[in-house]
Parts: sequence; structure tokens; C-alpha cells
Amino acid sequence: MNNLTDKESLRYSRHLLLEQISESGQLKLKSSHVVIVGAGGLGCPAALYLAAAGVGHLTIIDPDTIELSNLQRQVIYKTNHIGRDKAQLASQQLQALNTEIKIDAQTVKVEESNFKLLIANATAVLDCTDNAASRYFINQACVEQQVPLITAAAIRGEGQLMVFNFKQQKTPCYHCVFPDLAAQDAGLNCSNSGVLGPLLGIMGSMQALECVKLITQPTKVMFNKLLTFDAWEMSFMQFSLTSDEQCSICRG
Amino acid sequence: MNVTINGQPAEFSDGLSLLDVVVQHGAQAPFALAVNGQFIPKSQHAETQIKTQDSIEILSPVQGG
Ligand SMILES: [Zn+2]
Repeated sequence: MNNLTDKESLRYSRHLLLEQISESGQLKLKSSHVVIVGAGGLGCPAALYLAAAGVGHLTIIDPDTIELSNLQRQVIYKTNHIGRDKAQLASQQLQALNTEIKIDAQTVKVEESNFKLLIANATAVLDCTDNAASRYFINQACVEQQVPLITAAAIRGEGQLMVFNFKQQKTPCYHCVFPDLAAQDAGLNCSNSGVLGPLLGIMGSMQALECVKLITQPTKVMFNKLLTFDAWEMSFMQFSLTSDEQCSICRG
Repeated sequence: MNVTINGQPAEFSDGLSLLDVVVQHGAQAPFALAVNGQFIPKSQHAETQIKTQDSIEILSPVQGG
């Protein structure tokens, strides 16, 4: 593996000072490819932190354009960006933040991207989407390709986070935990229920944090747990997950 | 038997399964269930016996992002 350039050593100096990361961890970040699905409330902070952290290759997938009502929480975008493609705009802003990394944007629905091929050699996938159908689709692809999945969600004042390493045997999957979500998203979403802006910052930042740990200190990652966060009470809970032997996705 | 559901005390007759308890409690699908911090997969909801002092969590899926 190559060494860091002088510029990179300066840029990442606060990582290099950490014994848990140091130069070897920073080089692992540099050689990683992370796919972020959804450049909304979760994807914005997650992508900002992963770009800043020096993940060498990011792929951002989102079919939407920026709307005024997004700006309350989707912190990459500015008022004069309204109407533009989120994936394109996010990738430009992230490239301005870190000129040392490679970023590609896909302005299509994840279901219409060549997703399985796209993630085949990826280090990790971040599910930052806002609907059950995409969550199921992403989970199934990650199970099949054995790519680690860092999935988060938020609504109102509630957040959830799960990390699965499908390279390991007996790993539960998203479908094991929530097997019966309505196909066409009858559930709560941000446009009918509202969501606290900073809650997305916390949950998306936790996805980025677990991703940095997955790359640099994988034994420290919170695998196979459901972490819930209640923003109004400022309280976290953790539940140990197990796979469902009757899961149609990971046992099928 | 006395249990807690999402942190609130609740009372049920003895010998009920996890599924019986949450149905009697009025939980609306979809949900995930945990007993004493351990997630219980859906295929085991009906066969998991609840005993007094158990702490049950009914976790509604969050999908927004
Ligand atoms: Zn499964």
C-alpha cells in the first residue's frame, strides 16, 4: 500500500494522532469504497463526514431534486441549489470539501441502478433511504453480495441504527428484524409525520462513525444490534439481534 | 404476572406467549419485539413464553431518512 502524501498527512493529522487510526487506518480509509444510498437527511451528514474522513471512493445514489422543505435538515444543500439533482450537487460539494478522493453520483432510484454490480467490491453500503421498498432492496443485495450494511432511519424524534456484516455466518438482516413492512410505504415518513433536523445529523453521523470503525477498527463496531434513540428524552436503548431461521432473504 | 411493556407496568394472566401478550396489549403490526433486551424473531413470537418480571419492548419500524 502507498504512503500518504504530505498534503494528506496534514489534512488527516487529527486522525493520524489517534492510535486506533494512525497512518495504517488512514490508508485503509483511502483504499475503501463506500456506497451511500439516499442523499437526504441521513445521507448528507454521513457523506460529509466520510468525505472529510478521507474515504477514497464514494458513490452517492439519489434520484431526487432539492426542494425548499429539504433545507431544514439536508445540510449539504444551500437555498440557491433548489431544483438541482441531489446526487450531482452533493458530489460537487463533497469534492470541494475533499479534493483527494473520488466521488461518483447516480441520479437514479437505487432499484434502477446497477446496484449489485456497483456494490460487488464495495467496502460498505450506507442505507440512508426513506422507504421500506428501497430498504428491502438494499438489504437483499447486500446479503447476496456479502457487503456490510449500515442502516439508519429517523422519524419525528425517534432514530434507529443497525450494522450487519454479511461476510460473517449467522448474521441477521434487516428483513429478519422487520419482515412485514408494507410494500408501498404505508408507514410513517418525514413528509407526513415530520422529523427533528438535528436527529438526522446524529443518526447519519453515527452511520459515518460506524463506517470509519468498520474500516479501521472492525472489532469495535456495534454489529447485530438495534440501537434506538429517543431525541426528546435523549435516551438510547440497544437490543441484541438474531437471525430468523424463517427469514426469506438471508435463509432462503 | 406482572411485566413491563415499553417501560410501563402491565398485568397479564400466567402462561401467555409473547404474541398473546402484545396482541392483548393492542400492538398494531408491523413491529419488532424484544424481551429483556434480546430481539425475538417473528417466527418465535408465538412460542416464546413470558414470565413475571419480563421486560417487553414493542419497537415500531422507523423508515424515514
Ligand atoms: Zn434475514
